[in-house]
Amino acid sequence: MAKVLLIADHDGENLNPTTPKAVACAADFSPEALDVAVFVSGDNGVADQAAKLDGVSRVLRIDNPANEHCLAAMLAPQIVKMAADYTHVLVAGSTFGKDLMARVAALLGVLQVSDIMKVESDYVFQRPIYAGNAITTVEAPSDQVLCGTVRAASYQAAGEGNSASVEDISVDAELPDHTRFVSVETHKSDRPDLQTAPRVVSGGRGVGSGENFDIIYKLADKINAGVGASRAAVDAGYVPNDMQVGQTGKIIAPELYIAVGISGAIQHWAGIKDAGTIVAINKDEEAPIFEVADLGLVADLFDAVPELEQKLG
Amino acid sequence: MKLMVSVKRVVDYNVRIQVKPDGSGVVTDGVKMSMNPFDEIAMEEALRIKEAGNAEEIIAVTIGEQKAQEQLRTALAMGADRAIHVEVDEDIQPLTAARVLKALADKEQPGMVLLGKQAIDDDQGQTGQMLAALWDRPQATFASKVDLDGQKAKVTREVDAGLETIEVDLPAVVTTDLRLNEPRYVKLPDIMKAKKKPIDTTSLADLGVEAAPGLKVTNTAPPPERQGGKKVESVDELVSELKNRGLI
Ligand SMILES: Cc1cc2nc3c(=O)[nH]c(=O)nc-3n(C[C@H](O)[C@H](O)[C@H](O)COP(=O)(O)OP(=O)(O)OC[C@H]3O[C@@H](n4cnc5c(N)ncnc54)[C@H](O)[C@@H]3O)c2cc1C
Repeated sequence: MAKVLLIADHDGENLNPTTPKAVACAADFSPEALDVAVFVSGDNGVADQAAKLDGVSRVLRIDNPANEHCLAAMLAPQIVKMAADYTHVLVAGSTFGKDLMARVAALLGVLQVSDIMKVESDYVFQRPIYAGNAITTVEAPSDQVLCGTVRAASYQAAGEGNSASVEDISVDAELPDHTRFVSVETHKSDRPDLQTAPRVVSGGRGVGSGENFDIIYKLADKINAGVGASRAAVDAGYVPNDMQVGQTGKIIAPELYIAVGISGAIQHWAGIKDAGTIVAINKDEEAPIFEVADLGLVADLFDAVPELEQKLG
Repeated sequence: MKLMVSVKRVVDYNVRIQVKPDGSGVVTDGVKMSMNPFDEIAMEEALRIKEAGNAEEIIAVTIGEQKAQEQLRTALAMGADRAIHVEVDEDIQPLTAARVLKALADKEQPGMVLLGKQAIDDDQGQTGQMLAALWDRPQATFASKVDLDGQKAKVTREVDAGLETIEVDLPAVVTTDLRLNEPRYVKLPDIMKAKKKPIDTTSLADLGVEAAPGLKVTNTAPPPERQGGKKVESVDELVSELKNRGLI
């Protein structure tokens, strides 16, 4: 029987939306224990949020000033100490999880399964390769701790009907001083979170400029959607990097995805292939996005998007 | 200081890969192979550090089959000073790759090891972090900016929330994100010059590295097909389709 330790991803105030999805993955092991570790420096309610998630047995809170910025170099030695009591150590495959878990695995001297999208048994999983253009079934050795990251877009968030206990524990690990947090630059927005929004509108290079992105925002606001972008739009500086959707950006699964002025490169497609309905607006009828979009409209986006926004009123 | 850059031979990012019908993997025979794009960015960053006078030597490393020397030649043509080919016949695990790089780091004592944040074939994204762990050194992953300052580096990282900046003591491991730089094109004279640069060949055994137990891949399948391709003629038709589907 599996005993799972899941590391919570949070910003000091809120759980990252990928964590409840990773809990859902962990619950698929039917584990005899599913403990969530919350590393904090002064808790602002994150542990309580984790305790509500269905399937969680206990929340373990490790409150230590060294945990303030959740740096992988600080957390990894602590997780290694805790791992002895578990068969599986998991984390959501957010940038936090990807940075952290491989460091943990190497310290433990074990392999890692990245981007678990399906649990077939305690040691057999499905995971994507080649930007999701192939799905492999992999079997991990069962005589060692299994470290894994969860492809959050493959899971529905765990429900919030639980009230697991929150226990404060202290972990005695030697922490390095070679890595220091300097700053973080985030773009706060009142729009729905890109990773969880049921509707997302994304703009690509075709949008042409940061100012032109206003028509994307207007359409998004009309239907209460999150806003994303292609890599080309981010590279060109139209929008910040945290909006990038795709193989190397965010992988999302909204019910409705509207791609505007995006050609549909495989690396972009990798980020949206789990979406419910994909709409493409592009003036080039040969654009590859039309091969995969459920609804394609060949049109100039500067005409079609404002018209769509108006007619959705 | 020395810089070490690891490069991997992968299927070119423009290739639409095909899954073998018997589920045994992905077709690579006769397919265009290239340097992993993220590793190209790592190479470029190393060159820029050296050109700014902050490093003396760049060593490119690959772990792979004989043909992976083509990618080392590309690295040498870009400007690496010398190369090390760790020859293996089979695919190796990220943990094994990290052990190899750790053994080479012990030997070469680089001030920084630069790697791509992931390889675009198996997308595992582990090797840099694993190397940092085994080497007991800092890791600055998903880098979009690297500023050297004596024995320290300030690195801006692309994270889900935006941009995070951390400071690490050297030696350190840096893994590259796409926006760190734009790799230079190699020119023909550089390719000719690269032919004269040395490639050392070594093996896991020579380095005293034990291969880590692997993940067994039991099946490879194409992803579920999506039925796309329907076109609408006007915004009005799009709106009514969306309404019919209960999406708005
Ligand atoms: C290793 C690697 C990783 C990558 N990761 C990602 C990733 O995570 N996400 C990502 O998105 N990309 C990624 N890419 C880049 C990807 O290959 C494409 O270059 C990128 O997605 C293209 O963005 P785009 O569709 O906006 O631009 P383009 O391909 O330039 O397409 C622009 C589209 O806009 C249309 N257009 C122009 N003007 C108008 C108009 N007025 N009205 C309507 N349509 C118009 C054009 O017809 C065209 O189809 C990656 C690439 C590599 C090599």
